[in-house]
Amino acid sequence: MITKVLLDIAIMSAIGVILALLMVIAQRWLSNYGELSININGKRDITVIGGNSLLSSLSEKQIFLPSACGGRGTCGACKCKVDEGGGPVLPTEKPLLSKAELVGNIRLSCQVKVKNNVKIQIPDSIFNIRKYQTEVVEILDYTYDTKGITFKLLDEQTIDFKAGQYVQLESKPYEKVKQKAIRAYSISSKPSLQNRLQLIIRQVPEGICTTWVHKHLKVGDKVSFTGPYGDFFLRDTDADIIFVAGGSGKAPIKSILEHLAETGTSRKMSYFFGARTVRDLYLTEEMQAFEKVFENFEYVPVLSHPEPGDGWTGKTGFVMPFFKDAIRDPQNTEAYLCGSPGMIAAVTKSLKEYGVPEGKIYYDSFG
Amino acid sequence: MDISAFVLFWAAIFTSNILLTNFLGMCSYLSVSKEIESSIGLGVAVFFVLTATTALNWLVHHLILVPLHIEYLEFIVFIIVIAAFVQFLELIIERYAPALYYTLGIFLPLITVNCAIFGASLFMVIRNYNFLQSIAFGAGSGIGWLLAIMMLAGVRRKLKEKMIPVGLRGAGISLIITGIMAMGFVGFSGIVQIQ
Repeated sequence: MITKVLLDIAIMSAIGVILALLMVIAQRWLSNYGELSININGKRDITVIGGNSLLSSLSEKQIFLPSACGGRGTCGACKCKVDEGGGPVLPTEKPLLSKAELVGNIRLSCQVKVKNNVKIQIPDSIFNIRKYQTEVVEILDYTYDTKGITFKLLDEQTIDFKAGQYVQLESKPYEKVKQKAIRAYSISSKPSLQNRLQLIIRQVPEGICTTWVHKHLKVGDKVSFTGPYGDFFLRDTDADIIFVAGGSGKAPIKSILEHLAETGTSRKMSYFFGARTVRDLYLTEEMQAFEKVFENFEYVPVLSHPEPGDGWTGKTGFVMPFFKDAIRDPQNTEAYLCGSPGMIAAVTKSLKEYGVPEGKIYYDSFG
Repeated sequence: MDISAFVLFWAAIFTSNILLTNFLGMCSYLSVSKEIESSIGLGVAVFFVLTATTALNWLVHHLILVPLHIEYLEFIVFIIVIAAFVQFLELIIERYAPALYYTLGIFLPLITVNCAIFGASLFMVIRNYNFLQSIAFGAGSGIGWLLAIMMLAGVRRKLKEKMIPVGLRGAGISLIITGIMAMGFVGFSGIVQIQ
């Protein structure tokens, strides 16, 4: 009986091993595309082993395109222009590409496999993106569901970013969550700190990464992230500025204001912060302090659902009606938004109604 | 089973359509039937893989499992054989027929876990088909599956402009349509019976 069982297991394993061996041999023979070159922006050539996705081939060479879903083709963050050698657009890419992008050879780099020599174009700022090892040095409780976490870069590294940009944090497995998660968070500290940066992270119910940050992350933990990413940063003009933030959307605007406090500015600035109740407000004194630093700055917190016991005497409702007084000349006004997709859609619509040009409304498109 | 391979082939398409009478292979059937073009791609891929894996699994069953008296392991072995074959096919197509890869190849990973394919292999064993019958049954089932997903994709294209109650949109209405199509196919059942 026992020999029968053992024999069966052996046969079963043998079948598995033979098939696996066949697969390995086939992979060697069939997926071997040899060394191929990727030409970037017509300037730089890198040599990679063919057969892998463009995204992973590039990251092996320390060029990190943004990717929030880890190459599964669901987030659409890893778009880049593939001029030659990308093959036809796959059905897995189509849902995430607009018509203009399809015409303009924009592809999802996680879906494009490197099987020929490839010519691509990526923004120069991508070369600035690196992977950083950090240690948590401070965790502040801003509200009941929002924390400010400060990371110190290890190995004497420094990070060079523009105020308003974001990084992608990599969470570790915990409890029932077995895999790593990569999520984007805006940097809330000023660029001049160089070897330190702070993220403001609000707990999302059932969120893989935010739950990890809120329930498991401690001072002294080692965390890695890549960055800086994004084209949400202050434009160097003389236009009036409207900042609009909700929840943890305060982060990039805090960075921009702290940066401006160092460099100095005489631009007219209004900062509207939307929250539900008094419990959701944080860093109020710090933001009001900027009213003394800058010549022409106002901080306007607006509560949508103030509770009777809060003793709230400030503005209530949505932030949109209060823009009117802040806009002097709509054509000469820039808006910087950070918050939930719903808030961004509503604020963008309202700003356009006030006459602010669409091209001067800036925001990050991650939720 | 004493039935000619030719009859079995037609029966597998119409009277015992693997999707419409056994409701096998539903997940990719529901999710890929939004566009006719991609539903045909997936259907053709299913046809190829079904035909080939039924034949392969017949050989594995009669040349390895039966002589060694380990028929009870057929579930695991069949799944491994299907997975390996699909992977293999994907590699070959990707290398030697890039054009085909972009139309068919991308659906292959979906097929590895398609229960119609595993189901056909099991039916072939339970019903004791010989080699020729198995190939005919596999090919017929594949064409039947292709036919069913094409029909659903055609109907769903017409549905796009129609008012459908919110709760029924997507999978709900597709399942109802599939049910009606299955009833339509009952009309063929007088021709021949294979189960």
